[in-house]
Amino acid sequence: MLHAAYLLPLLPLAGFVALAVIGRRLGDPWAGWIGTAAVAASFVVACIVYAGLLQRSGQGRVFTQVLFSWIPVGGLHVDAALLVDPLSMTMVLFVTGISTLIHLYSIGYMRGDEDYPKFFLYLNLFVASMLLLVLGNNLVFTFVGWEGVGACSYWLISFWFGRESAASAGKKAFIYNRIGDVGFLLAIFLVFSKTGTVVYRGPHGIFAHLSAFGPGARTAVCLLLFLAAAGKSAQFPLFPWLADAMEGPTPVSALIHAATMVTAGVYLMCRINPLLSLSHPAQVVVATVGAVTAFIAATIGCAQDDIKKVLAYSTISQLGYMFLAVGTGAYEAAIFLMVAHAFFKGLLFLGAGSVIHGSHDEQDLKRMGNLRRYMKLTFVTFGVAWLAIAGIPPLSGFWAKGDVLTNAFARFPALWAIGLLTAALTAYYMSRLMALAFYGDDRWRAAVGDRRHAGDPHESPWVMALPLVVLAVLAAAGGLLSLPWHPASVDPLRWLGPVFGSNLYTPRQAASTKWVLSIVDAVVAVAGLAVALRWWVRRPDHPALEPVALQRSWYLDDVFDAAIGRPGHAVARFAAEVVDRVVIDGAVMGVARLTRSAGAGLRKVQTGYVRQYAVGIVFGMVALLVYMAARAGVVH
Amino acid sequence: MTAGTTHGAVVFPFLTLLIVIPAVTALAVAAMPRALGERGQRIAVEAVGTAGSLATLALAIVVAVRFRLHDGGYQMVSRHQWAPSLGVSWHLGIDGISLFLVLLAAVLFPLALLGGRVRRDPRSYVMWLLLLEAGCIGSFVALDLILFFVFFEVTLVPVYFIIAGWGFARRSQAAIKFFVYTFLGSALLLVGIVAVAVVHQRQTGTLTFDLGVLQHTHLGLATQILLFLAFTAAFAVKAPIFPFHTWSPDAYAESPTAGVVVLSAVMAKLGTYGIVRFDLSLFPRAVVDLAPLFLTLGVIGILYGAIVACVQRDLKRLMAYSSLAHIGFIVLGTFALTTQALTGGVLQMVNHGLVTAALFLLIGWIHQRRRSWQTSELRGLQRPAPMMAAAFTVAMMASIGLPGLNGFVSELLILLGTFLTHRWWAVVATTGVVLAALYLLWAYQQAFHGTPRPDAAATRDLTWSEGAVIVPLVALIVFLGVYPKPVLDRITPTVDQLVTHVEQATGTRQPRVATVGSSSASPARTSSPARTSSPARTSSPARTASPARTSSPARTSSTGRMP
Repeated sequence: MLHAAYLLPLLPLAGFVALAVIGRRLGDPWAGWIGTAAVAASFVVACIVYAGLLQRSGQGRVFTQVLFSWIPVGGLHVDAALLVDPLSMTMVLFVTGISTLIHLYSIGYMRGDEDYPKFFLYLNLFVASMLLLVLGNNLVFTFVGWEGVGACSYWLISFWFGRESAASAGKKAFIYNRIGDVGFLLAIFLVFSKTGTVVYRGPHGIFAHLSAFGPGARTAVCLLLFLAAAGKSAQFPLFPWLADAMEGPTPVSALIHAATMVTAGVYLMCRINPLLSLSHPAQVVVATVGAVTAFIAATIGCAQDDIKKVLAYSTISQLGYMFLAVGTGAYEAAIFLMVAHAFFKGLLFLGAGSVIHGSHDEQDLKRMGNLRRYMKLTFVTFGVAWLAIAGIPPLSGFWAKGDVLTNAFARFPALWAIGLLTAALTAYYMSRLMALAFYGDDRWRAAVGDRRHAGDPHESPWVMALPLVVLAVLAAAGGLLSLPWHPASVDPLRWLGPVFGSNLYTPRQAASTKWVLSIVDAVVAVAGLAVALRWWVRRPDHPALEPVALQRSWYLDDVFDAAIGRPGHAVARFAAEVVDRVVIDGAVMGVARLTRSAGAGLRKVQTGYVRQYAVGIVFGMVALLVYMAARAGVVH
Repeated sequence: MTAGTTHGAVVFPFLTLLIVIPAVTALAVAAMPRALGERGQRIAVEAVGTAGSLATLALAIVVAVRFRLHDGGYQMVSRHQWAPSLGVSWHLGIDGISLFLVLLAAVLFPLALLGGRVRRDPRSYVMWLLLLEAGCIGSFVALDLILFFVFFEVTLVPVYFIIAGWGFARRSQAAIKFFVYTFLGSALLLVGIVAVAVVHQRQTGTLTFDLGVLQHTHLGLATQILLFLAFTAAFAVKAPIFPFHTWSPDAYAESPTAGVVVLSAVMAKLGTYGIVRFDLSLFPRAVVDLAPLFLTLGVIGILYGAIVACVQRDLKRLMAYSSLAHIGFIVLGTFALTTQALTGGVLQMVNHGLVTAALFLLIGWIHQRRRSWQTSELRGLQRPAPMMAAAFTVAMMASIGLPGLNGFVSELLILLGTFLTHRWWAVVATTGVVLAALYLLWAYQQAFHGTPRPDAAATRDLTWSEGAVIVPLVALIVFLGVYPKPVLDRITPTVDQLVTHVEQATGTRQPRVATVGSSSASPARTSSPARTSSPARTSSPARTASPARTSSPARTSSTGRMP
C-alpha cells in the first residue's frame, strides 16, 4: 500500500496537466470538478498509505520511494524521492483533506469567473507542490515544493490581475518568500559541504552525520532554514506580504494563506528537529520570534476593518504560536495546533468568503452587521470556528493552544506570558469580528445605498455549504487528536513519536500545574471574548481602540520602504545612469574615440568604415581559407 | 579537405557536415534567382533556409545520439592536415562541453529564423543568419586555435550586417559599438594564439595550433597570466562579462528579433565557452591565480546586472542586463573549479540560451503587435493574449530560477559548487536570486497585468506559427528542469577531466564532498523506478550516535576521483 505514495503528488499534477490542455474547453463548472476529483483522489490515496503505515510499527514506519535520479553530479546526488513517515503523512492527510473541501467550495465560489478553469489549474499545481514539499526526502527536493507553492501563491494572489493592487500583492508575496529562500539555499550548501549529502534520514542522511557539524554550523543551518521558514510562514519581520495576499480570491486565502502553505515553515523546522534540538541558541531565536510575532500580529488584528485582513493577522499570530512550540521543542504541540488551525482557520476564511459572496463583495466589517439573521448556516459554522480559535473549551483551539502554552510555561516562562496575553487578544479580536459582522444593526443597508442594490445577503449553494459543515465538525472535535489524558496507544498524534524521539521536549509538570494552566487559558479566553462582545456589539466604532499605528501594521511597510525600497531604488538608478552610462561606457568609448581621432587617416571613411572593415574581414578570411585549401591540395 | 584522417579509419565527418550544411545553404540562398518575384523569393528563401537549418538540427541530434556516455574526451574527431607549414589543421571534435552548445545552436537557429522573419530583403537576412550558424557551430567544435579564431571572427560579420541592416532607430551606432568592442578583443586573442604557438615551437621545434598539443606547453606563471588576459579579453567582451558589457544593451535593443536571439542566446556563449575550453586547458595556473578576480567580476555581474535591470524601462535593455547577471553565474561556475560548479556553468550556458531566446522572441512578437517595448506603453497584455502570457511566464520563471524549470538546476549546481571552494562569493551571489525575481516580476506586471488600454485590448494572441516556435523552447525549459540527468551525465565526465587537468597543473584539489559525496559507496545508487529502502535507521541519531558513525563517510571513503 505504501508503494502508492508516488500517486499523492502525481494525481494533482495530472489534474494540472489535464486542465492546462483541455481546461478552457471544459469551462465552468466541469473544470472545477476535474480539479476537485484529482485532489479528492489524492486524499483517498493518502488514506490508503496512512493505513499501510499504521500496519507497521515504530521505526518501521519510515518508507522511502525513489522516483528517479534528478541531479547527479560528482559527489552530489539529488533524487526525486519521497519520504513517507508519520510526520509527512500527517501533513499529507490534512493537506489533501482540506484541499478537497476547498476545491469543492471553489466550484461554487468562483462560478462565473472569466478564468474559472485557470483557477483550478493553479490550485491543482499548488496541491502537487505542497505534497512534494512535505514528502521530499531531501532538502533540494523539498525546495522544489517550497518554491512551487510560492509560485502558485504568486499566481493565485494576482489571480485578478486587472486590479493593480492584486498584481502588486502577488509580486510582494513572491519577493518576501524569495528573501527567505536565500536562507534555504545557503542552508543546502552548508549542509552539503559538511556532510556531502542532502538527504534527511537513513544511514547516509544528514541526521546520521550530525557530528560533522560544529556548534556554529548547527546553529547557522537552523537559523538559515528558519529565515526561509519565516518568509514562507510570515514571521516577524517578513510578514507584511501575508496581509496583502488577501487580494487573492478567498478560497486561496483559506487554502494557501491559512491552512497549508504558510505552515510549511513550521513543517520544515519539525523536519530538521534532530539538528534544531542540538542548537539551543537557534531554539531560543525560533521561540522568541514566534512569540513576538504572535503578539504583534494579534495587536494589529484588533484594529483591522477588512474581514480578511483580521483573519490574515490572526493567521500570522497563530503561526507564531506554532513557532513558539517548535522553539520549545514541543513539536507535537506545533503539529497539533497546525492541524487544528487548518480546520478552524480554513473554516473562518470559507465563512468569510460566504459572507463576502452573500453580501455582494463587501469586505468591510463596518458595513456589515446582523448577518446572523440572513446567513444562518454561515453564522453557526463561523461561530464554531470563532469559539475554537478563541480557545473556549472543549473546542479544538483550546486543547491545541493549551498544549503549546503548557510546554512554553515549563521552558520559557517569559514567552509563555506573551503567549497568554496573545491568547486574550485572540479572543478579543475574533469576538470583535464576530460582533461587527453578525451582530448589531443591519449597517449594510446604509452602505448599499451608494451602489446598485443587489438584494439582501443570502446563503450560498450546497457546494459551498458542505465544506463549511465538515470543517465545523472538525474544528469542534479536533481536540480529540490529542487530549491530555489520552493513553499513548490511542493518541492519534502520539504516533509522531518516532519522528521526534528524544528530541521532543517533555516537561515534568505536576498534574495540578497542568490543570491550573488550562483553567487560566480558559479564563483568559472567556475574558477576552466577553470584553469584545460588550464593546463591539452595540457600537461599531471605537476610534480609541483602533489606533493608527495598529491599523497601519506598526508602520512596518513604511519602515521597509524607507530603509530598503527607496535607497535601493536610488542605488539602482545611480548604477544605471551614472556608473553604467558615464563611467564604464564612457571609459570604453572614450578610448575608442581617442584612437579614432588619433588615426587621422580614418576620418575620411568615418561614415561607413566599419562596414568596409567587415567586408574586409570576409574577404580576408575567404582568402585565408582559399590559401590554406590550396596548400592542402599541394601537400597531397 | 581532401586529406585523410589521422585515425586511419575514415569516420563519417559529422562535425564537418554540421558546419558545411548551413554554409552551403547560405550560398544557395544567396544564389537564389531574383526572377521569382518578391513574394516568391521570400517563400523560396525562407523555405530553403529553414530546411537547411532543420537539416543541421537533425544532424546535430544524430551526433547527440551517437555520443558515447562516460567518455570525457573528444568524440567524432575529424582531423585533416590543412596548411602544415603554418601548423594549421582542420581539427574538429566534440565533447560533453561542446555537445550541448552545438545542439543549442542547432535548435535556436531554425527557431530564430522562423520566429523573427523580416520584410526587407529576406534573402540577405537568411543568408547572414545561416552563415552565422556555420560560424557558431564551427567555433564550438574547432580544436585548432587558428581554426577557432577564423570561426570566431567570421561570426562578427553577419551580426554586424544583421544589426546594421535590419535593426531599429539607432542601429548603426549600436552596430559600430558592437564591432569596435569585439574587434579589439579579437585582436588580443589573435596575438595570444600566435604567442602560445610560438612559445611551443621554441620548446619543441614544431609549429602547431592544435589545442591538444599546445595544452602541454610549459608556460611560466607570468607568461600564463599575460596570455590568459589576452585570450580572456576577447571572451569577456563576447560573453559579456562585467565591465565589458556596455555594448550589449545597445546591440540587443537595436537588433532585429532573430539577431538578438542568436546574439544573446548563442554568440554570448562563444565567450564563456572560450574561457572553459581554452583558458582552463592552456593556462590552468593563471586561472587558479586569477580565480578570485574573476569570481568577483562574476558576482559583481550578477548583482550589478540585476540592480541595473531593476530600473530599465525598456524590455530589451532589461533583458540585456538580466543576461549580464546570468552570464555572471557562468563565470562563477567556471572559476570556482569544482565539478558541480563547472558542470552547472556549462549547463547554464544552455539554459540561459533557451530562456533568453524564448524571452526575446516573445518580446519581439509583442513589439510587432504593440510597436513598443517600453513597459510604460504596454499594459494588461495577459487579458487579450493569455497564451503569450503563459509562455512568457514559464520563461520568466525559468530565468528567476524556479525549481522544476531548467534555470534552477544550473544555478543550484553553480552556487553549491562555488560554496565548496569560495564560500563568501557564493553567499553574496545567492542574494542575486531575490533581485532576479524583483525586476522580472516587475516587468511582467507592467506588461501583462493591469487593465489593457482600449487600443491594446484587441492585441492578438500567439499565432499558430509563433506557437510552433515557442512550444519547443518551453518544452525544453521544462524537460531540462525536470530531468536534466541525460545532459548532466554527458557533461560531467568532460568537466571532471578538465578540473583534474587544472588540479594536476596547479597542485590544488577540490573538496572531497564535491567528488565523493557522503554515500557514493552505496551500490544501490543506480536508480530503478520506485526503488524502496525501508526501515531506515533510528530517527534520532543525535543522542545515540556511536563513535563509529560519527566519522563522516565523506572522509573515510577510499573511492578516488577518476584519473
